[in-house]
Amino acid sequence: MSVEQLQRIAERFPDAVVEGYTLHGDETLVIKRENLVEVAQFCKNEPGLEFKLPLSVTCVDYIDEKPRFELVYTLYSITTGHHLRLKVRVPEEDPVAPSTIGVWRGMDWWERYCWDMYGIRFSGRGPMRRLWMYEEFEGFPLRKDYPLRGRQPLIPEADVRDIYRGPGPGPGSPPASRSNPPRPSQLPIVK
Amino acid sequence: MPEKHDSTESRVTENALEARLPTKTMSINMGPSHPASHGTVRFNIELDGETIVKLDPEIGFLHRGFEKSCENVTWQQCLPYTDRLNYVSALCNNFGFLTAIEKLAGIEIPERAKYIRTIGAEMHRLCDHLTCTAAMGMELGGFAPFLYGMEARELLWDRIAELTGARVTTSYGRIGGVEKDLPEGWVQKVKDTLVKVEEFRQEIDQLLTLNRLFIDRTRDTGVISAEDAVDFGFTGPMLRASGVPYDVRKAHPYWVYDRVEFKVPIGTRGDNFDRYYIRMQEMVESISIINQCFEQMEPGPHIIEDWRYVMPPKPQVYSTIEGVIGHFKLVMEGVKIPKGEVYSYTESPNGELGWYLVSDGSGRPYKVHCRAPGIQLVSGLEHMVKGSMLPDLIPTFDAINMIGGEVEQ
Repeated sequence: MSVEQLQRIAERFPDAVVEGYTLHGDETLVIKRENLVEVAQFCKNEPGLEFKLPLSVTCVDYIDEKPRFELVYTLYSITTGHHLRLKVRVPEEDPVAPSTIGVWRGMDWWERYCWDMYGIRFSGRGPMRRLWMYEEFEGFPLRKDYPLRGRQPLIPEADVRDIYRGPGPGPGSPPASRSNPPRPSQLPIVK
Repeated sequence: MPEKHDSTESRVTENALEARLPTKTMSINMGPSHPASHGTVRFNIELDGETIVKLDPEIGFLHRGFEKSCENVTWQQCLPYTDRLNYVSALCNNFGFLTAIEKLAGIEIPERAKYIRTIGAEMHRLCDHLTCTAAMGMELGGFAPFLYGMEARELLWDRIAELTGARVTTSYGRIGGVEKDLPEGWVQKVKDTLVKVEEFRQEIDQLLTLNRLFIDRTRDTGVISAEDAVDFGFTGPMLRASGVPYDVRKAHPYWVYDRVEFKVPIGTRGDNFDRYYIRMQEMVESISIINQCFEQMEPGPHIIEDWRYVMPPKPQVYSTIEGVIGHFKLVMEGVKIPKGEVYSYTESPNGELGWYLVSDGSGRPYKVHCRAPGIQLVSGLEHMVKGSMLPDLIPTFDAINMIGGEVEQ
């Protein structure tokens, strides 16, 4: 990615591009949320850019800033051999971004990943499904305000004294009893 | 499911025996632990007869919060977590992660460290390709190639154990180089091992490549065109099998890949046989790369001497105040990586291993994103097997070489 290519996108979408910069040799464009899909289409199909290989989408939780979330799209162009990073800011109150799976099908699971881990919804595709966690899971584990040792077992876990070595309810819970933990067959199954 | 009545078709057909029977689709569940697939993944398959109509892979059985764990430890402490991403080729992950940190911090590593990293990564690429091709042979019914592959992999892992101290979870790299220099006599041992590995590779080659049964199962199954492979974000052997010559080692050479000669095998049909055969050929290239590195290597330091990033040598820790302070600050606060963000990428055996790192200037990462190549490969699985027979799923899934550690993080 050369600076000329960044300028070309910025000239084509003067209203959509918030800023563009190069850091450690990586070219980055910050764009507005509502223009994401058209910029993505342009980057993919315009001769001379041709960012046809979708590498990943991820999200960063800047918990003290507003808007809170930042989606990071990493693209690659096999013909020109350049990488491009698109960034979109998403506020906490309205964590929705337009889906880009109409542009690159490979973004599908990464968007599910962003929903699963950060709770970012993508509009313009079917209902969001989690990628790694189970559907009963509540909350979004990679948000900075999700506790590191937050556990949500589907069946109650046996109480273990050393919470750093094994499963257990975590700090702040009543001290573990010395009696034997109930066998799995005795545990009530909660849904 | 609604029944499919092709009444018009059956009426038109002259011979009633060839008339299409009204059929229902059947949904079956394959996995999470299935003998014909290595790796824990559950497929919800919808079948029409024996044809796959819909396939929905469900992953996450090995999810262990890789990114969350990394955000809560120091930069150096992330390293053992990266071992467990692709546990068959841990060195590729170690060195890829460290390369990303070094790009962010602007560190240039010593020449010898670059050679050691290339050798280590290529040895583990051999291990990964041996695992993939051998397991592919096993799951298609040939057990002998699997045993040959494991034997060769075990030889390589013995050498890795001599180098790093561990067979699988190596944690060998350090920010600014590698942990220690090559052991005495190791180079000759590796050269001898590579001769043996090449013999085993040829055994597998002779057993599988011209085997009629193997060709019938893999040729023209799981086909994906070059455009679709790019659109799904495929990288590595899966992309090259479709005829797209993208290899990070050639396109953006890192370490010493611009100083060694190697070829990048390209497929033509984009089917499972091409994916298998590309891996077989890449093993030959890896062996050649390692031997060239041994020829070119020269003695020198294996790690930078900058105590902001590297642990001071133990004699200095015990005898000088600077050493003690350097050691203390690195252990208690972690390596201070300058504020910023970076995307760095290396070629791991399954494709482009990308790292998007964000540092806020403290000793701990603010964000560690691992762009594991396997995720998009598994997401493209439905496209590759839709409309083909159920048995075609097995070689296609094998050729993807899904490693649960990196796909499910």
